[in-house]
Amino acid sequence: MNADVLRGVVAAQVAGRDVVLATRLSDGAQDLIAAGTPASALGLDGDAVAAALKTGDPRTVDTPDGAVFLRPYIRPPRLIVVGAVHIAQALVPMAQIAGFEVTVLDPREGFATADRFPGAALVKEWPDHVMDALRPDDRTGVVALTHDPKIDDPALIAALRSGAFYIGALGSRKTQGARRERLGALGFTADDLERIHGPVGLAIGARTPEEIAVAVLAQVIGALRL
Amino acid sequence: METNSTNTNADPVLAQALEWLGEGRRVALATVTRTWGSAPRRAGSHMAIADTGDFSGSVSGGCIEGAVIQTALEVIDSGVPRTLEFGVTNEMAWEVGLACGGRVHLFVEPIIPESPAHPL
Repeated sequence: MNADVLRGVVAAQVAGRDVVLATRLSDGAQDLIAAGTPASALGLDGDAVAAALKTGDPRTVDTPDGAVFLRPYIRPPRLIVVGAVHIAQALVPMAQIAGFEVTVLDPREGFATADRFPGAALVKEWPDHVMDALRPDDRTGVVALTHDPKIDDPALIAALRSGAFYIGALGSRKTQGARRERLGALGFTADDLERIHGPVGLAIGARTPEEIAVAVLAQVIGALRL
Repeated sequence: METNSTNTNADPVLAQALEWLGEGRRVALATVTRTWGSAPRRAGSHMAIADTGDFSGSVSGGCIEGAVIQTALEVIDSGVPRTLEFGVTNEMAWEVGLACGGRVHLFVEPIIPESPAHPL
């Protein structure tokens, strides 16, 4: 591998561009292929490159000149945490360690601060103002933790209208029931509302904010991988 | 939209490899290319190895890293990439096999710095 290839991979990751590094295993010949450009020198099938980019899964493909290993480097999954609360202070660093790009959203003064969330993208705005700009997609999870319908509801509404792979909302069964009624009145169907995980997190008997964060992150990862 | 982000999306192992290169160290990169059974690290996982023996990242749960570092040091010297296979079917299973019963293929390649005569 030439150092400039390595530099190219790292530069693409920093810039958020998806690339595939193709390596012929017999001699180490390489080509760094950007998403959207035709596959190249190593006799590769464009479909194989496209599949690697879509799934993010590496694969080895046969070519007339031997086996070629395709290693996609695609953008990490995102997690939008609504509510810069105590649970979020545990959830955000754990999600970052697990490889998520995390955005913390809270309009309230003093909540979404860099002191409380080092290394996270912080958005001090109301969800109805910014969820469109954040554009949740099928590699984005959204979890609402404020307990305050004025903040949680607009975030959940935007999430339900998006392709988010995971939607979760903190709250007891009673709170969830009231929320379902409010969102149902806005025209969301029972199937839509089924997308919201609530009470949030896997049932592991979590009690502390930190334990709840573990349960939530496990559920998010399950939704991404299973 | 007001954001404050210090996120860096670069793979820390690849970033470490670049940092070592910048310090003038010689570096190899090991990559899991294929797994069978209960291998602990997925295909695509990287481990960077410097000529000083320092390493970053992992290609297993710790069972084969020692052997991979040895091969990486040879690859740094020879400049020629190598493929490796570890697993219960490997003849070295007793020494450096995967206790989990999985099987992995690895590609170990030297990272060639730009020639000083042709700076980027």
